[in-house]
Amino acid sequence: MTMLDVNDFGKRFTIHHLNKTMQAVEQVNFSIEKGEFIGIVGKSGSGKSTILKSIYRSYLPDAGEIMYDSARFGRIDLCQATERQMLYLRKYEIGYVSQFLNVMPRTTSRQLVEKALLEMGETESVAQIEAEKALIHFELDPKLWDTYPNTFSGGEKLRLNIAMATVKKPRLLLLDEPTASLDQQSKLKVREIIEKLKANGTTLVGIFHDIEFMEGLCDKVYDMRAGKLLAEAGVTNEG
Amino acid sequence: MHEEPLLKVRNLQKQFGDGCSRCKERQNLEKNYCPNCGTVYACHDISFDLFAGEILGIVGESGSGKSTMMQCLYFDAEVTSGAAYIDGGPGSAEQNVFELSSQQKRYIRNHQYGMVYQNPVHGLKMNFSSVGNIAEKLIAAGKRNVSEMEETSKSLLQNVHIPLFRMKEEPRNFSGGMQQRVQIAKALSNNPPILFLDEVTTGLDLSVQANVLDLIKKIQRELGISMIVVSHDLAVIRMLADRTIVMLNGSIIEEGLTDQILEDPQHAYTQQLVYSLL
Repeated sequence: MTMLDVNDFGKRFTIHHLNKTMQAVEQVNFSIEKGEFIGIVGKSGSGKSTILKSIYRSYLPDAGEIMYDSARFGRIDLCQATERQMLYLRKYEIGYVSQFLNVMPRTTSRQLVEKALLEMGETESVAQIEAEKALIHFELDPKLWDTYPNTFSGGEKLRLNIAMATVKKPRLLLLDEPTASLDQQSKLKVREIIEKLKANGTTLVGIFHDIEFMEGLCDKVYDMRAGKLLAEAGVTNEG
Repeated sequence: MHEEPLLKVRNLQKQFGDGCSRCKERQNLEKNYCPNCGTVYACHDISFDLFAGEILGIVGESGSGKSTMMQCLYFDAEVTSGAAYIDGGPGSAEQNVFELSSQQKRYIRNHQYGMVYQNPVHGLKMNFSSVGNIAEKLIAAGKRNVSEMEETSKSLLQNVHIPLFRMKEEPRNFSGGMQQRVQIAKALSNNPPILFLDEVTTGLDLSVQANVLDLIKKIQRELGISMIVVSHDLAVIRMLADRTIVMLNGSIIEEGLTDQILEDPQHAYTQQLVYSLL
């Protein structure tokens, strides 16, 4: 079953004050089957993040369509979905993880993960239990559970980010350079995490600077160059 | 997904002055002001929906019509034309609440709306005790049992972190942040499904502002109240709002998911606003 079908997608930025437009990506076509892990590689500035952010609608798409197979709405074009529909999908179906942690200040790691569950309508007791499970699962040091994440290391922030996104059990998870700025060991941990998610049947789209890292894990790898998505750079998962 | 909005606003228009032949079509205006007859078009053709449990942010520079719009919705000011519909209001869902009698408007204010003004002087009686202020709103909402009202007031004040030993004190003795928190307690006392917050953290120092924001977020999560949050502070909007409307010169120029407005603003003015963020 196709989870995501991107057709002739394009995104252009207009900066009024400079009287400039920039075509960030154009004519992007790809599709993802349920349970697949798609990797997108490419130099910085090639438009990788633009695609992910447009799927999540942090960017407003302006050409083509992004057909998503929603549990709630059926096939829906994320370029055309209403804001309320997008908010619903973000809450229940589509997760987004970046290397940056952009969260409510003065909130502890534990509270942040609990909040993600409470927003979905879980009871406090369920949220408490599930949050702890997630923090253990993603190996965040228990010392950090009841502190504010602003002083966390990059790897710790990332694992908290992933815990917050995956505790909602999204059907589709978007990973925006999750390994950027991580040391070798933290990267290995991220790889393990992705393996676990994949084993659970989550559909994943990930952007990677250093795709070698995902060796053997991606079902397909696309190469992004100057705003265009090139044919698969090679199937790394031949098993 | 078909959801009925809790509050529907359609073509809300508020002008100061009668307009003249030169500005009737909103031509020849300087911003939203007619240099010929002096008419100010404070709010022009404002339409939006507010859904259950969501926080809708409204940003714009001062003079963009944000507060005037709030005042119109809360019946503090008369609209020139336009309509608002409240789900579960008095009369039917097709009833334009701007056309209701003043008594019915009062009913909506007392039972369905809460308002927190930028200046606590507008929302509080400064020479009543804090408990008295809350009791006033409870009485307006039809409560009569004194000990019950006192209990409600106490729990509300505790909720907003006002020490109970000061509850009999007049808010004029309080700091700005405390006054704002008493105002929030008062606005919440009738369990309103819709809460208006007009620049509530403007002028508060950072740590107090943080307290008030935390409080608003907590209230929204626990009580599921729908809120319209007006602010010129993008950080406040980013933290609170799911969706955001941008106003300029009395009109809505852009609306979208809050992170989209901040990351990919479309309108020239919104871009200027966002790129000005330090």
